[in-house]
Amino acid sequence: MSAITSPIREPLVKGNKNYHQITEDICAPTERAPSVAWVLAFMVSVGFLALFAFTVIWTIWIGIGSWNLNRTIGWGWDITNFVWWVGIGHAGTLISAILLLFRQKWRTGVNRAAEAMTIFAVMCAGQFPLIHMGRIWLAFFVFPYPNTRGPLWVNFNSPLLWDVFAISTYFTVSLLFWYTGLVPDFATVRDRAKGIRKKLYNVLSFGWTGSAKHWQRWESLSLVLAGLATPLVLSVHTIVSFDFATSVIPGWHTTIFPPYFVAGAIFSGFAMVQTLMLMVRKVLKLQDYITIGHIESMNKVILLTGTIVGVAYLTELFIAWYSGYVYEQFAFYNRALGPYWWAYFAMMTCNLVSPQIFWFRNMRRNVFVTFVMSIFVNIGMWFERFVIIATTLARDYLPSSWSYYVPSWVEVGIFLGSLGLFFTLFLIFVRVAPVVAIAEIKSILKSNGDQYVEQNKKYIEEKQFSGQQV
Amino acid sequence: MIFGLYDDETDLLSAVRTAKEKHLEIMDVFTPFPVHGLDPILGLKESRLHIVGFIFGMIGTITAFGFMTWALASDWPIIYGGKPYWPVPSFIPVTFELTVLFASIGMVVTFYTVCGMGPGVSNPTLHDRITDDKFCVAFQLSEGEEKGEEKNKYEEYFESTGATLVETKTI
Repeated sequence: MSAITSPIREPLVKGNKNYHQITEDICAPTERAPSVAWVLAFMVSVGFLALFAFTVIWTIWIGIGSWNLNRTIGWGWDITNFVWWVGIGHAGTLISAILLLFRQKWRTGVNRAAEAMTIFAVMCAGQFPLIHMGRIWLAFFVFPYPNTRGPLWVNFNSPLLWDVFAISTYFTVSLLFWYTGLVPDFATVRDRAKGIRKKLYNVLSFGWTGSAKHWQRWESLSLVLAGLATPLVLSVHTIVSFDFATSVIPGWHTTIFPPYFVAGAIFSGFAMVQTLMLMVRKVLKLQDYITIGHIESMNKVILLTGTIVGVAYLTELFIAWYSGYVYEQFAFYNRALGPYWWAYFAMMTCNLVSPQIFWFRNMRRNVFVTFVMSIFVNIGMWFERFVIIATTLARDYLPSSWSYYVPSWVEVGIFLGSLGLFFTLFLIFVRVAPVVAIAEIKSILKSNGDQYVEQNKKYIEEKQFSGQQV
Repeated sequence: MIFGLYDDETDLLSAVRTAKEKHLEIMDVFTPFPVHGLDPILGLKESRLHIVGFIFGMIGTITAFGFMTWALASDWPIIYGGKPYWPVPSFIPVTFELTVLFASIGMVVTFYTVCGMGPGVSNPTLHDRITDDKFCVAFQLSEGEEKGEEKNKYEEYFESTGATLVETKTI
C-alpha cells in the first residue's frame, strides 16, 4: 500500500479502475466519432460565434454609436460583460493553483477542464475592452512602445493600464500552466494514435518521454507556477476592481472592492465550472472521475464565496449609511430602489439568497439542483456587474444629466455571440484534449481509488478489532 | 539499449533499489505519472528550476520598475492628477504582473530547453505503454554487450525483479 488515506474520506476515483482503464476512459472521447449531441451543440455555438463576428464588425464599421451608450452612461453591457467573463476566468487557476498548494486532491478531477474554461473565458473578456475602444486599429496605443509623439509614454498611474498588464499576464501564465499539464497527456494520446492523429499529437506533445528527471522538473515547474499563479489570480480581479475603486464615483470609490470582487470572481467561476462539468461528465461518461463528491466540494466553495459576496453587499449598504455622505447614500438608495431596482433584486436573490440552499447536504449532492443553481449564480453575477456599472452611472451628480440605458441589438448580439465563442472553443477542447488530467488521476489512484479506500477501511477495522494501535 | 516493463510502481521502486544494490547503471526510468519516492533511490538531485524562476522574476521586477521610473520621472515627466513624478505606489501592480510574467515564461522556456522538448520535437520512445500504465527501467548496452554476457546479466536482473516484458531496442 503506497499511501493511506483516511477511510472517512470519500473515494475520488470510482468504478474499481486500474491505470490502463483510466487511460481508456479519458482518451475515449478524443478517439471516437463525435456524438450527435456534440455536433448539434457545436453547430449552435458556431451560429452564435457568427453572430459575434457580425455584431463586432458592425460595431467597428458603424462605430460605437451603434450601441446605446450615452454621455451619462459611458460603460454599459460591454464592461459588464468584460468583468463577468474575467470573473468566470478565475475558477480554473484557483482550482489548479491554490488547491494544488493546499494539497486538495479532488482538484485532479476538474482542474484540466476548469483551466481550459479559464483560458477561453479570458479570451472572451479580452474582446470587450478592445471593441469598446471604438478605433480598434489603434489598440496598440495601450502598450508603452517608442513612438513618434515624443515618445509619449502611457500613464502608469491608470488602473485601466494596470488592467492591460494584469489580463495579458493572467492569460499567458494560465495558458503556460495549462499546456504544461497537458503535455504528458498529449503524449499518452500520441502513443495510442495512428496515422495523421499520431503526427498531430506528436507535435502537440513536444516530444515527451516520461523520463524520471523530466517528471521531477515537471513537478517542480508545476509547483512554482502554482505559487506564482496564486497571488496572480488574486491580483487580477483586484486590479479589475481598481478600475472602479480608484475613481471618484460614489458607489465605486470603496475600499471593500478588491476582496469583494475576488470573492465574486471565484463564486461565478465555480458556478460556470459546475455548469460545464455537469454536462461534460454526463455526455462523456466521466462520472467515475468527476464524482458527486467533487460536485459537493465545489458547491461548498460556492456557498462560502456567495456568502462572502452577500456580506460585502450588506457591508456596502451599512457603510453608505454610516458614512453620513449623502452622495454615497444616494448611490445605494438608487441601486436598490431606483429605476434599476429589478437588477438589484435579481443580484440579491441569485447571489446571496439562493446559494444558502447549499447548507443542506442532500442539496449539495443533487445534480439537478446544482445545475439550476449554477445558472442562477451566473445570471446573478452578471447582474451584479450591471448594477455596479450602469445603475451607478445612470444617476450622477447632476440631475439634469440623469439618463436611462437599454442596450441596442448590437450590444445584445455581442454578448450572446461571446457565449458562442466560449462554447465553440470549449467544444473543440473536449474533442481534442483529455478533459481530465490523466497523469494526475493516476497518481492519486492508490490513495483515493474506491477499491484502495475500501482496503484501508478493512485494514484499520481489523487492527482496531484486535486492539492494536493504528 | 535494454529495457524492462513493470506493472506497478511498487515493483518499479523495488527493482530500482535492487539495481542500485547490484551496481547496475540505470540509463533512465520512464513512468506514466510522477512516482513519488523514486528520485532519492535513483539518486536524482533536486531540480534547480525554481532558482531559474527567481532569477527571471527579479529581471521582470527590475525591468518593470526601472522602465516606469525612467519613462515617467526622467524621459517625459508629466503630472498626472497631482501625483508626484515618481509615484511609487502606482508602480506596484505593473511591477508585480511583470515579475510573474517573466518568471513564468522564463521557467517554462528553460524547462522545455533542458528537457530537450518543444513544438514538433519527437524524441524516441521505448514502448507505447509507458505513457499509459507501464513502468520502465532502461539500461544502456555498449556495442560489444549487445550479444555478450552483459546482456544476460540484465535479463537475469529483470527476471528476478518481476518485469513483465524485456526487450532490446536501438535508438
